[in-house]
Amino acid sequence: MGQTLNRAASWTAASDVGKGRLEFTPRNEAILNSIIRFVEEFPLKHVKESKLVFKLPLEWETSLQASEFNFGGYQSIDGSVVSSEVNDKTGKPLFSLTKKDIGGNILHVWTIEQLVTVLKVAETKKLREARACLEANRDPLTKILGDGYATVEGEDMTLLRLMESIIKDETEKARGGSVSNSSGRESTPSKTSLRLLMLIQQLDVQLLNDSIKLMSKEVRLTPDVVAAQVQLVESLSGQDRNKYLVESIEYTSDMVNPQGFRTPLWRQVHGDICYLKARTFDKDNIFITANISGVYEIQGFQDNGDMNYDRIGEIHRDLISFLKAKSSVFAENLANQDFTLYTVGMADASGNESGLLCSDGSEPSTPKLENVKVSVEKDKLQKQAVNKNLSTKAGSRKVELSAKQKTPIGDENQRSASPKQVQAKRGMKTKPVPATWQKAQLLAQDEGTLSPSDRLQKASATSRRSTHGKAPPSEVMSDSSSESEEEEGTHDRRQESSDLPSEYWQIQKLVKYLKGGNQTATVIALCSMRDFNLAQETCQLAIRDVGGLEVLINLLETDELRCKIGSLKILKEISVNNQIRRAIADLGGLQTMVGLLQDPNKDLKCLAAETIANVAKFGRARRTVRHHGGITKLVTLMDCVPLTSAMTPEIEKEVKVARCGALALWSCSKSRKNKHAIRRAGGVPLLARLLKSAHENMLIPVVGTLQECASEPFFRLAIRTECMIEDLVKNLSVKNQELQMHCSLAIFKAAEDAETRDLVRKYGGLDPLVSLLANNENKDLLAAVTGAIWKCAISRDNIKKFQELKAIELLVGLLHEQPEEVLVNVVGALGECAQVPGNRAAIRKAGGIPPLVNLLTGTNQALLGNVTRAVGACALDPENMVIIDRLDGVRLLWSLLKNHNPEVQACSAWAICPCIENAKDAGEMVRSFVGGLELIVSLLKSEHHEVLASICAAIANIAKDEENLAVITDHGVVPMLAKLAQTNDDKLRRHLAEAIARCCMWGNNREAFGEAGAVAPLVKYLKSPDEKVHCATAKALYQLSKQPNNCITMHESGVVKLLLNMVGSSDDVLQEAAAGCISNIRKLALANEKAKYSS
Amino acid sequence: MASIIAKKNQAKLAENIYKHTHFNRLEVEELLKIYRKLTPEKLDRTKFRDVLHNTFNMTDDILMDRVFKAFDKDNDSFVSMEEWVTGLSVFLKGTLEEQMAYCFVVYDLNGDGYISREEIFHMLKNSLIRQPTEEDPDEGIKDLVELALKKMDYDHDSRLSFSDFKQAVELENLLLEAFGPCLPDAKAADGFLATFTGVTV
Repeated sequence: MGQTLNRAASWTAASDVGKGRLEFTPRNEAILNSIIRFVEEFPLKHVKESKLVFKLPLEWETSLQASEFNFGGYQSIDGSVVSSEVNDKTGKPLFSLTKKDIGGNILHVWTIEQLVTVLKVAETKKLREARACLEANRDPLTKILGDGYATVEGEDMTLLRLMESIIKDETEKARGGSVSNSSGRESTPSKTSLRLLMLIQQLDVQLLNDSIKLMSKEVRLTPDVVAAQVQLVESLSGQDRNKYLVESIEYTSDMVNPQGFRTPLWRQVHGDICYLKARTFDKDNIFITANISGVYEIQGFQDNGDMNYDRIGEIHRDLISFLKAKSSVFAENLANQDFTLYTVGMADASGNESGLLCSDGSEPSTPKLENVKVSVEKDKLQKQAVNKNLSTKAGSRKVELSAKQKTPIGDENQRSASPKQVQAKRGMKTKPVPATWQKAQLLAQDEGTLSPSDRLQKASATSRRSTHGKAPPSEVMSDSSSESEEEEGTHDRRQESSDLPSEYWQIQKLVKYLKGGNQTATVIALCSMRDFNLAQETCQLAIRDVGGLEVLINLLETDELRCKIGSLKILKEISVNNQIRRAIADLGGLQTMVGLLQDPNKDLKCLAAETIANVAKFGRARRTVRHHGGITKLVTLMDCVPLTSAMTPEIEKEVKVARCGALALWSCSKSRKNKHAIRRAGGVPLLARLLKSAHENMLIPVVGTLQECASEPFFRLAIRTECMIEDLVKNLSVKNQELQMHCSLAIFKAAEDAETRDLVRKYGGLDPLVSLLANNENKDLLAAVTGAIWKCAISRDNIKKFQELKAIELLVGLLHEQPEEVLVNVVGALGECAQVPGNRAAIRKAGGIPPLVNLLTGTNQALLGNVTRAVGACALDPENMVIIDRLDGVRLLWSLLKNHNPEVQACSAWAICPCIENAKDAGEMVRSFVGGLELIVSLLKSEHHEVLASICAAIANIAKDEENLAVITDHGVVPMLAKLAQTNDDKLRRHLAEAIARCCMWGNNREAFGEAGAVAPLVKYLKSPDEKVHCATAKALYQLSKQPNNCITMHESGVVKLLLNMVGSSDDVLQEAAAGCISNIRKLALANEKAKYSS
Repeated sequence: MASIIAKKNQAKLAENIYKHTHFNRLEVEELLKIYRKLTPEKLDRTKFRDVLHNTFNMTDDILMDRVFKAFDKDNDSFVSMEEWVTGLSVFLKGTLEEQMAYCFVVYDLNGDGYISREEIFHMLKNSLIRQPTEEDPDEGIKDLVELALKKMDYDHDSRLSFSDFKQAVELENLLLEAFGPCLPDAKAADGFLATFTGVTV
């Protein structure tokens, strides 16, 4: 018994002072019960031994009261002390119960017989008494038989000693013959005590055996227990150190044998169940071995990839206690949640009455822990839901609705152990799905970009979810795993279920198999899922709504090639849906897919790239791809064998990989930073190489990528230098409208550069472009082609070519009934063509003027800009002007000055200039516009140089009419022009000088300009490199020099020297103006001298 | 002396069989060496299963036995040298056509030329996690069997003939190993090939 108590029974930590307490563990309970049974049966079997008087009484504090011993054989002394009537030889009572000072009673017992009585009296409190007794008498044998029999470590000699003493007695007795009675009397108790000792030791051995059996049951870990614990910890892993216990935990191997072991056979011999890799918040990767004998840390993977199975540190009972010891954050977070556990535990215990034997929370804690986790998770979810509600005020009703309904789903994920278990078995990384899922939902709903039909879909999806409960009976049967949560959500889900398509339930079933099956079942389920019409939105959303997306994405992280391929095949098809795309991105699918781009399997690479191409249709996804190094990997995919070699199946596959890479890059290249990333990754030469391919399906993504990237100057340069123009032009003649369109778009964007425009002509690209104008059906193509023509027409040489090809007539024909995208480009092209005088007449003859003027009433800013330019260019031809005037075009142009777009303002003002120049009776016309002159003067306050320059040009033209000049002078044009004189912009300088020159013609404007300080800055204009500025400035200075004060200012500014240079100019106007100015200054000087002499 | 004769025989055998495989002569010789290392006699079921388990990570008992049967063409419960080389040729480097035939033999448990509903059930019965709560734990499996049949049974006779199987696999390559892994994954195959192709290069 002593050995058992010492070894097997677990004492609480306070036991070091000798006054320890027995822990409430099932094992201790079993020991106590055995001891009680032993004691109770003892007097019946061994009458003599039970009466043996102990050397010292067993003494303990009891909860029994004196009054309970009021039956025969016991006498009560003054109600507090009870003693037995049976006394030993010395007259001591064999039993006594005395009251302690503090309260409570002390029992003294001398025989086992009396012990039995005590136990009888105690009845239900037996266990407690026994425990108290053993706690007070840690080694009962010393009390019973004396100190010589204390339990000692190592060899126990007591029995031998006792035997020897008995044998000695016996021999003495034999020697002494039948001598004294006393010796005989003495030998009897020693024999009795021997028997008692042996009996007790027998009990001890038996107890030890029993507890070892119990212990071994507890300590041995089984694969099931380990799997359950890993799954538990896994479900509590995540990034947030405040919420989760560990960052991540995963198996190092996915192979599971039927017994649940995940270790190589030769390690199973050592009892290793599995190896785990965990990231705690305190320490990075820890490699853990779950052995049958316990959990411990091992060295883990070495640099050479081999596993080192050497143990580090001690063995722990299970995974939880191991992590508790390893990670303080784990212990801390566990403690927080343990608090809840204890309350739950207590509640259980109180209901359990026994009280004494409630679990101490350490041993069988696992199942309860899980319980608590669920409740904690639930709390979290609810909190999240509340937060979301607060943060999204707009449309909060809707959000609230969905949040409410998502909560049970979160539970579903927590509750139904099956999917988790499977995922754990497959070694997947499970994520805290509910939170992200919910977020995804909410994000999707908050997105303002959803079209009304999308919203409708969303609503129906929600209602679909809400009808989950009322399935046809057969469906419920097949779905029995989720029965528990079915009940929870029933009340708010029971709504019209009839409108749910049958696919929904079938897909739900398949997703269940995906979750709960091994790779074989998964592949069958994946293949069956592909039989659904995945292009249909109901199916796409059904997969999402039943939680299929998470599973599909999780599958991508497994090692099973076929599962990955099957999953991607589905993801590829359903990701055409905008909502699915976002959900995939939210669930972190892109990161995984980017990782798969490096897989050695080509099919897998292709599928991953194609899916990325579908998902990366919105900015956030494109950014994710870039951040995870996806662009570089995609560019690498395009690096395939030269396309010229013969097509074997092997090469064909490589070409397909390259195509898929280009496809994904095309999607990604819509972001500016991605374009740069493509260049940095060396994508340009690869694109150039693939552009030489003869396959349309390869060319489309390549050209598509090129045309997206061509918006960046560096890429335009690359397109030119890598000789891609030639290929682009060549592909214009390919009979594929999509390809033609992308080529045209690429040329449209690349032709911003003059050299590129020349190259297009050089490679004969203008002919196919013009011939494509005949295609009136495909508006996208038409827009792209007209755009390319527009940009190409910026080069004069190209215009000549267009003239030859009669492009103008074709373009004019396109001015009718075309979408705005086409019109913008057509008008832009006409505007460029009209810069060449001959074409203006051509436009008129083709009947282009009236539609152009009509377009002035439009609202599209880009279109208006081009139209005003075109009309302005046409107005340079007097015959055109007649038509424009007749159509009241000038008034329309003038009203466009009020447009808030500065570009349109400038273009209209420029267009007005030739109109005034060429219109008959222009002065009268201008005056007829009510408020027109005031408007134009007020535009001198604009901040845009282009607008200012154009307005100055217009004012210069308006001021030719004296009456109008008078009006604008009244509107204060002089000080406003003077204020602009400080500018450095040559274009503005030129037109400003022009305007000043004209405005000098009225009243005392010359003096006014001088006073406003416009003269000195004007002199500086003569230093400008632009000759046109010189000419205009000279004219202005000539006009201003007619006023003596201005001459003085000019002279002081050193104008003479500058003008003297101008006199030698080849430009007559400049020459004359400069000479006139100098002459005026000279005249003033002469007059001055004359005045001096005369005085 | 005896070993020299054995070696000569081996070389002769290699010469004879390499043309019918996807291996070259040197590779065949290496394979035969491996065979010799595995067993001094003929390769029996247990040893062969050890190879499948340790080298190719196979775990399914039913299928491992069936793979053995598929290798053991003359049905003498041993895999001979020739069977070893020709079997591995399909196993590691076989064309889709060859592997389809091989897989069909593996899955046709009773060898009657058809994969029956019961055979599929037998092979799939461990493929789902059983829910203790479910009334009929086999229901999921049965359903899975139906899905597989629906997908692959083109002539609707409730069993898969080779032509059914072939048609389905040609349409969807993933179905090649529809009823359990019986071919090595790429990593294991490459690993095994690397052990002897490296020598020949």
